Amino acid sequence: MDLLFSLALQILYGIANLALISLGLAIVFGMMRVINLAHGEFLMLGGYTVVVATNNGVNLWFAMLILAPLVVGLIGLIVERCLIQWLYGRMIDTLLATWGLSLLFIGIITSIFGASTSTVISPPLGTVTIGEYTSSGYELFLIFVVIILLALVYLTLKFTSLGLVARATMQNSDMSACLGISTSKIYMVTFSLGAAVSGLAGGLLVPITGVLPNIGVIYIAKAFITVISGGSAILAGTTSASVLLGGVNGIMSYITGPTFGEVALLFAAIILLRLMPTGITGRFFRKSQ
Amino acid sequence: MTLNRRRFLKTTAGTILAAPALVNGAFASNHGPIKFVSILDQSGGLDIYGKPMVDATKMAIDEMNEAGGLLGRKIDLKVYDPQSSIQFYTQFATQATAGDRADVVHAGITSASREAIRPTFSRYKTLYFYNVLYEGGVCDINNFCTGSTPAQTVEKLVPYTMNKWGKKVYIVAADYNYGQITAQWVQKYVRDNGGDPVETEFFPLDVTNFGPTIKKIQSSGADMVMSALVGGAHISFYRQYAAAGMNKSVPVASTTFGVGNEHKLISAEEGDGMICAYSYFEEIDSPANKDFVARFQARMGADAPALNELAARSYEGAYLWAEAVKAAGTTDRMPVIEALRSGIGVDGPSGRVEIEPKTNHALQNVYLAELKDQSFNIIETYKNQPPSDTLLVCDLVADPNQSVFKFENGLKAAGIDI
Repeated sequence: MDLLFSLALQILYGIANLALISLGLAIVFGMMRVINLAHGEFLMLGGYTVVVATNNGVNLWFAMLILAPLVVGLIGLIVERCLIQWLYGRMIDTLLATWGLSLLFIGIITSIFGASTSTVISPPLGTVTIGEYTSSGYELFLIFVVIILLALVYLTLKFTSLGLVARATMQNSDMSACLGISTSKIYMVTFSLGAAVSGLAGGLLVPITGVLPNIGVIYIAKAFITVISGGSAILAGTTSASVLLGGVNGIMSYITGPTFGEVALLFAAIILLRLMPTGITGRFFRKSQ
Repeated sequence: MTLNRRRFLKTTAGTILAAPALVNGAFASNHGPIKFVSILDQSGGLDIYGKPMVDATKMAIDEMNEAGGLLGRKIDLKVYDPQSSIQFYTQFATQATAGDRADVVHAGITSASREAIRPTFSRYKTLYFYNVLYEGGVCDINNFCTGSTPAQTVEKLVPYTMNKWGKKVYIVAADYNYGQITAQWVQKYVRDNGGDPVETEFFPLDVTNFGPTIKKIQSSGADMVMSALVGGAHISFYRQYAAAGMNKSVPVASTTFGVGNEHKLISAEEGDGMICAYSYFEEIDSPANKDFVARFQARMGADAPALNELAARSYEGAYLWAEAVKAAGTTDRMPVIEALRSGIGVDGPSGRVEIEPKTNHALQNVYLAELKDQSFNIIETYKNQPPSDTLLVCDLVADPNQSVFKFENGLKAAGIDI
C-alpha cells in the first residue's frame, strides 16, 4: 500500500515534470502558432539565471521563483521585438530563425560558462516519509507548483481582460485590430509570458537535474510531443497529454526500466496522433482553454 | 616527346603538388617535432572527464619539452575536442593518422569511442594509448590500455562493500558497452562472494529522471547500490537519490563516481559514505603524488580541477610512451611497441605503473577509498595488481597479430561465467 502510494506520487511527479517543461511552449506554440525551437534554451537560460544568482548569494527561492521567470521573460521580450514579430504566419522561417536562436544561445552560454555541467545546488526541503518509503520533498513541491501554475494561467486567460484580449487576438487578429486592440503588443506580451513560464520551469528543475549549455536538447522533443499531442486548447491539452504520456512513461519505467519508459512515451504519442491527428483537445474538451 | 605548353604545365604542376608529399614521406618520421595527438571530449556530457585529462596531458608534454624534449626533438601536442560525439571521434582519428601523421595518439574516454577509433589506428598503423579505466578485454598489439580494469578495482570493491553493507546488490549502469559489461563483472563478483545481484538497470546517457528507479530500489529490499553511471546527466541520480533520503539507508558504491570529479559537483551531505576503488586518488599520501598535485595546482592556478585516475593516468600514459621512445631510440611504431612490451614502467603519482606484455594493459596499484566532505579517504591499498580479467582471454606474446575487443558480446561469449 505504501509502495502504491509512493509510486503514484512518483508518477504524479513525472506528469508534473512534463507539464512544467511544456507549458511555456504551449503558450508560444499552442496558442500563438510560433514554432519555437529555442524553447529548450529558454529553460536552460532559466537554469543559468538561478545558478548565477545563487552563486552571488541570492536566496534560492527568490532566484527560482522570481528572478528566473523575470530574466527569461525579458529575454523573450527582446527576442520577440527583434526577431519573432517579423515572422508571424511564416512557419518555416520561424522554424529556421528560432533554430538559429537556439544555437546562438548555446554558443553564448558555452563561451561564458564553459560547456561543463553546473550542479552545485542541492534539492531543498529534505525528504518525506511514507510508511517505509521516502520521497523527495522538493518533488512534492514541484507538483504543487505545477498545479498553481496551471491554475494561474487558466485564471489569467479566463477572467482577466488581458486573457480575453489575448484569446481574441490569437483567434482572429484582424478583427481584434479592427476593434482597437494593438495586436502587436498582445503578441509581444504573450510571447514574453510564454518565455517567462519556460524560465520558471528551467529554474525549478536546476536542483534536480543540474544545468549545462545544451540541456535544452533533452527537453525540447518531449515538450513538442506533449504540446502537439495536447492539441489546440493549451491548458486542457497540455494537462491531458502530460497525464497520458507522463503516466505511461512513469508506469513503464517502473516495470521495465527507463529505456522502455521513453519508448512507451513515444509509442503512446504516435498512436494518439494516428487516432487523433489534431491532438486530444481536437476531439475532446473542445470548448476548453 | 615534344614539349608543348599543356604538357609542360601538367608535369610541372604535378611535380610541385607531389613534392611536399615526398618530403613528408622521407623526413617526417625522424626530423622536426614529434607529433603527439590527443582526442578527448572537452564539451558535451563527457566534459567532466575530458577537461582534467587534457590539462594533465598538456602538463606532461610541457614538462618533457622543458627538459629538452625527446631524442633531442620537441614534442608537438595537438588536442582535438570531439564534443562527446562518436562521429567526431572517427573524423579526428582519421585526421590524426592520415592528416597529421601522428607518432602517437592518446584518445578516447567512453568505451564506445574507443571501439569507434581503435580499428582506424590499427589499420593506419598509428600507435594508440587509451588511458581510461574500462571493462577490460581489449587485445590489440597496437593499443595500450593503461587504465584500471574490473579485476583490479571491482573485484576489491564488491567484497569490501558487501561485507560492510549487505549481500543484496542493486546495479545501475550506463547503457552502452562499458556499463553493460561492467554490470556483468559486478554480477559475477557479487555471486562469487555469495551475494545476490537483485536487479540491474541501464540508463541512456541523457536520462535525468531517476525517480521510478529510486522507488524500485526502495521496494527491492537491496542492501546497497553499485553504480556504473557515466557523464554529466547521470549526476542527477546521486542528487535525486540523496533528496529521497536513500543515501542513508541503502548506501552507494561506484565504479565511475569521482573520475569525473562528481564528488566536487554534489554536496558533502549528498556524497558522504560512498565507496570507490581506482588506481589513483588525489588524496594518495606519497611524496611523488604531493609533488604532482602541487605542480598541477601551481600550473592551473585557481581553476585547477580535482585530480582523478583519468587525469593522473593521462599524465602517466604520456610518460610511459616517452620512456619507451627513449629506450627504443626512435618514435617508429614497432620499436616503441617492443620497448613498451619489454616491461617498461614509470614511477608516477599513483605509484609504479608497468606494461604487462601479454595484454598491453598495466600492472598498477589500486586504492579503495570512502568519500567524506568531498574528498576520498583511502582505506586500503593493493600493490601491483595485474589485469587478470583481460589475461583470461588475451595473450599477445603467443599471438601478437591481434586487434580485437574480446568482451564485445559480453562476458559469457568470451567464456567467462557470470
